[in-house]
Amino acid sequence: MSPLLQGALTILVGVFGCVGYFYAANLVLDKFIFPAKGPHTGRNINRANAVRPWLFLFPAIFALSLYLVYPVIGSLIRSLHNRAGDEFIGLGNYAFLFSDPTFLTALFNNALWALVVPASATFLGLVVAQLTDRLSWGNIAKSLIFMPMAISFVGASLIWKFVYAGDPDIGIINAIRDNFGWELVDPVQLPFWNNFFLMAILIWIQTGFAMVILSAALRGIPEETVEAAIIDGAGPLQLFFKIKVPQIMGTIVVVWTTITILVLKVFDIVYTMTGGNFGTDILPSYMMSFMFRDDGRATAVAVVIMIVVLPVMIWNIRQARQEMR
Amino acid sequence: MAELVLKDVAKSYGEVNVLNNINLEIETGELIVFVGPSGCGKSTLLRMVAGLEKITGGDFSIDGERMNDVPPAQRGIAMVFQTYALYPHMTVRENMAFALKIAGQSKDEINQAVTAAADKLQLTEYLDRLPKALSGGQRQRVAIGRAIVRDPKVYLFDEPLSNLDAALRVATRIEIAQLKEQMPDSTMIYVTHDQVEAMTLATRIVVLANKGIAQVGTPLELYERPNSEFVAKFIGSPQMNLLDGEIVEAGEKTVVKTAQGGGTITSDYPSRPDDVGVKVSVGVRPEDMVQTEASDFAFEGTVSITEALGEVTLMYFNQPDGAEPVIAKLPGVHSNLRGQSLRLSAPSNKVHVFRDGVSLHYQ
Ligand SMILES: Nc1ncnc2c1ncn2[C@@H]1O[C@H](COP(=O)(O)OP(=O)(O)OP(=O)(O)O)[C@@H](O)[C@H]1O
Ligand SMILES: [Mg+2]
Repeated sequence: MSPLLQGALTILVGVFGCVGYFYAANLVLDKFIFPAKGPHTGRNINRANAVRPWLFLFPAIFALSLYLVYPVIGSLIRSLHNRAGDEFIGLGNYAFLFSDPTFLTALFNNALWALVVPASATFLGLVVAQLTDRLSWGNIAKSLIFMPMAISFVGASLIWKFVYAGDPDIGIINAIRDNFGWELVDPVQLPFWNNFFLMAILIWIQTGFAMVILSAALRGIPEETVEAAIIDGAGPLQLFFKIKVPQIMGTIVVVWTTITILVLKVFDIVYTMTGGNFGTDILPSYMMSFMFRDDGRATAVAVVIMIVVLPVMIWNIRQARQEMR
Repeated sequence: MAELVLKDVAKSYGEVNVLNNINLEIETGELIVFVGPSGCGKSTLLRMVAGLEKITGGDFSIDGERMNDVPPAQRGIAMVFQTYALYPHMTVRENMAFALKIAGQSKDEINQAVTAAADKLQLTEYLDRLPKALSGGQRQRVAIGRAIVRDPKVYLFDEPLSNLDAALRVATRIEIAQLKEQMPDSTMIYVTHDQVEAMTLATRIVVLANKGIAQVGTPLELYERPNSEFVAKFIGSPQMNLLDGEIVEAGEKTVVKTAQGGGTITSDYPSRPDDVGVKVSVGVRPEDMVQTEASDFAFEGTVSITEALGEVTLMYFNQPDGAEPVIAKLPGVHSNLRGQSLRLSAPSNKVHVFRDGVSLHYQ
């Protein structure tokens, strides 16, 4: 079968399978299991309504358990075994990780990423949202800034490879240095600072996301509170930091943590730009380096990442819930 | 000395002209109320005084100093918004202290001002709460407190009570009146839709209509001597009855023969000899109508509906051609009058005469 046909068939089966499942399940529930007739009509309707949510949730719960919960538990178990997976070695893999300088570098770099990227992207997004609000061409500016969101991380990395290229005719950094007659550099090989050059890529991508959400939040601030502050004598900066920002603090936190979670998972950029060399390794790319070579250690890294992400995630969900209220 | 002077002030949004030829002088210590139909520009005018809207024509000055381009914070004004506009992330105390902090006052000064204002408005026990933990009335008091602490020359209120329920509105209205009494030197401008608020609070009322000022005067001036049909109908509830007629005798007093019923009615408004024969409208407030048995009467009609309010009874006389019903407000209970034919007239000092919509009194 041609792959095209196969794809179409999959979509068809998927979509109609879903519709079919909900329709049939509902029918069976209402007509046969708890029919809305006979001596117990009222009781049956109540019971059917109690069961219905579970019926509808079942496919999602099933798929999530199969593809999310099971792998998590599987990884946990796998990380306690040796390379071949046939011998239980307890926390051996974890012990190795914390003695491996590369892992410690990756952990440090990751912490750096988690601090710098969400902060910069959120801050830039906020500033851009505020500055473009009153501009006639603000929407064009916003579209341009949002555009990188539509590019895959690998695509973005390829673009930035040109920006960082060593050839002054291609890379802008070296073009500038060349212009001043300075020595050419390879930005991604500069120890320590190369991390920040990689982070710039993710900031470039995520600023658009932060901007869109924060711009909506800024618009939601009651105009009167701003006017009252103007009458109270607040200048533009005080207006922004003392009146506007505090009112959208909840949204800022949600954006911040959302980007933090993303940062802890992104490996594409490092993988594409440096392959984790030159001291730029982060946890996900470090994990990739073990994949298929030593699944015990790879899964141990995965578990570490999960443990790091979990608290941020819980915090994020809490904030988002509060925002909704 | 006039404190606030508006001279030929105008406002347009691009091509759209909203206000024109606003000339108004407001003395220190006055409480001026802006009234007018919805959309006539009351809020716009108030916001121009506040500095939140640009003045696109004319001059506005406070204490002789031109204010057109002075930023809001330096005009010596404070504003209370209809929606309260409290800063939701600040406690009541911080809300009130905000302006003073920005002005760079010392902690002691701020504390003193906030405590005094909170005392005055019975807010002391709420000082450390956030606005969302306050009732509507309490929020409104905080908004007023925020204005008071700044000790401004001019207070601006934009429909401050319209989000409150009826009972609270009356209570807060009285509080505002008392507040005004305690601060005889502060000037207030107050926008409202509520007649009672306007009549009870104002030292002078400004009626806005048709992009300009229709009339300025004390509440009783507007009530007793409206300069136009518009003002006559706008002030007073139920609104003034207007009867078509023709002047038959001019002089110190004017006698008008009404079109309907054919009787005459006398007004204290003077008229010129050549006014005889001119078509006019006679205005009589429902509460000024009296029942008469005399052969000369202003209006005769059959009572279609009566509304007994206890102290007074409202009587509606439906008009034949679908015109607005004539209304009479008679003291006491008259529940048996429905369907009966009544003759009505009014004492001459309560009868208004309008020619082409303009009062003869001002001609
Ligand atoms: N930004 C604007 N652009 C164009 N016209 C405007 C703008 N803002 C207000 N207007 C117009 O100005 C007029 C006056 O508005 P304003 O809010 O002052 O009315 P108002 O008397 O306060 O009415 P209400 O009693 O309903 O509060 C309205 O007709 C409105 O349509
Ligand atoms: Mg208004």
